[in-house]
Amino acid sequence: MISVRDLRKHYQVHKRPPGLKAALRSVIHRTYTSVKAVDGISFEIKPGERVGFLGPNGAGKTTTLKVLSGLLHPSSGEVRVDGHVPRHREDAFLKKIMLVMGQKQQLLWDLPPAETFELNRAIYDVPRAQYKQTLDELVTLLELEELIGKPARQLSLGERMKCELAAALIHRPKVLFLDEPTIGLDVSMQATMRTFIKSYNERNGATLILTSHYMDDVAALCPRVIVIDKGLLSYDGGLDALVQRVRPEKRVVLRLNQAVAADSLAPLGKVVTHDNVTAVLQVPQDAVNATVSRALSSLPVQDLTVENAPLEEVMSELFAESKARREKVGA
Amino acid sequence: MSARSTLRALPTLLRIGVSEAVAYRAEMFVWVLSTTMPLIMMALWTAVAREAPVGPYGSQDFVRYFLAAFVVRQLTGAWAAWMINYEVRQGTLAMRLLRPISPLWSYAAENIGAMPMRLFVVVPVAIFAVSTVGWKSVPETAWGWVFFLVSLFGAWLITFLVNVAIGTLSLYMESSTKLMDVWLALFFVCSGYLYPVDLFPPVWRTLIDWLPFRYQIGLPVELMTNAHGFGDALALLGRQWLWVGLLLVISLGLWNRGLKRFAAFGG
Repeated sequence: MISVRDLRKHYQVHKRPPGLKAALRSVIHRTYTSVKAVDGISFEIKPGERVGFLGPNGAGKTTTLKVLSGLLHPSSGEVRVDGHVPRHREDAFLKKIMLVMGQKQQLLWDLPPAETFELNRAIYDVPRAQYKQTLDELVTLLELEELIGKPARQLSLGERMKCELAAALIHRPKVLFLDEPTIGLDVSMQATMRTFIKSYNERNGATLILTSHYMDDVAALCPRVIVIDKGLLSYDGGLDALVQRVRPEKRVVLRLNQAVAADSLAPLGKVVTHDNVTAVLQVPQDAVNATVSRALSSLPVQDLTVENAPLEEVMSELFAESKARREKVGA
Repeated sequence: MSARSTLRALPTLLRIGVSEAVAYRAEMFVWVLSTTMPLIMMALWTAVAREAPVGPYGSQDFVRYFLAAFVVRQLTGAWAAWMINYEVRQGTLAMRLLRPISPLWSYAAENIGAMPMRLFVVVPVAIFAVSTVGWKSVPETAWGWVFFLVSLFGAWLITFLVNVAIGTLSLYMESSTKLMDVWLALFFVCSGYLYPVDLFPPVWRTLIDWLPFRYQIGLPVELMTNAHGFGDALALLGRQWLWVGLLLVISLGLWNRGLKRFAAFGG
């Protein structure tokens, strides 16, 4: 469905130091530097896959999504989305895709969302019967009934985002690029959005690429992740495998009937956190069974769970690793 | 988007344009107030012509001319240059580019969508013109009406396409709004907005005849006030539509090349 070969996108950026003198000098002579937003990445995505596109700020995630959706022309490399070259922006291509950006809106600001839906119906040439069916589904699943008649500017951020998502799906795109779709939303709204996105993928077989700084989004939606940093691909594979690679240790979470001393926990593994009646231990994967047995026999355990390290920590460690690697190469 | 699909989408685009104009009614009212310069010029020039005619224009002619100029200005307004500049700088043009229809159709529909609201101002002014300075304030023949309406559309197209061309330059430079200011300064001087182009000395007049500004205001006003016979009117319309064609080629060329430079900043 999506094929990316050696994609590069370099920008020329005007740079000048602060101050009046530098400002005046820049009128006559400007210095440009080349920024390598994406620097030779390749990957393939199959139809119906849900892929998380991860990386720190400035990694090149959004640039890649913009290239895939035809907004940006790549500096070099080959990109195909369902057989189309995105930069040609053919109608057939644009009718198959949608890019939802959490920080940009397509809703008409002073008009009710219903007007944007109707506009999209006309622009995407959606037959009336299909439009009505899709809209009814979206209104029910996203609970939009009370919202679509109010001017967009009077909706809360979460309400607006639900309407944005509905507007993006009126033409039932086969490929959905989601760029931080839950940014700024409260926890319950994030969960609503995640559930809806997953059900859209499952019901329509749509291919989905998601960027998000909320790891809960990624964990809930994306069995596969692609990690890029400074425009370079640093990981492409299963989310579980990534966690195993970066943080092979497991976390044993203990809830205790009564407080225990830190000394009694130390022999079991590395103590990550400990307060009176809860403790989190980090142990090598092959020692999990033994640790659990010893904990149950030696401590007043009320409840015990075994978990992976939090995804935020995994990603943070991964980014730190790749930064250190770059610095080493640079030195 | 194919021509058929675009035509099918156009009524909805226009309806949305009208809805937006209604939502921005206060802003529209302020814009109308800001375009009352012809009424001020009317007061000035009728006072000057009270002693003796200025060129071919007596007091009544100036009243007729400037009321027509007010009407034409209302019906040929476009502001796509500012919209494009803003959307390029903010990166919000991206949302329009994702749709399978050229953003230029959306800009056009949004600009044309404001016209019905403006008719609330234009129609009373036209009625007032007829009642005070007679039926010569509007075309007196059927061909006169056809030519006037064609020139009005041509004038709007020139204004809109210049807006697109200058707005698109923001894809090549950091901002092009100052260029629009320069264009507007020339427009005020050369279009017949502040005084009829007849009043220019002959050398200047020849130059102005070959520039696009006259065809934005002067020509529709002249056709509305029955200033030309059939042959002259046809020749002037020909020149106006030559400008439409030329500006269409320039603006579309700039637009298509400029999109390759779009950086979709901000998010």
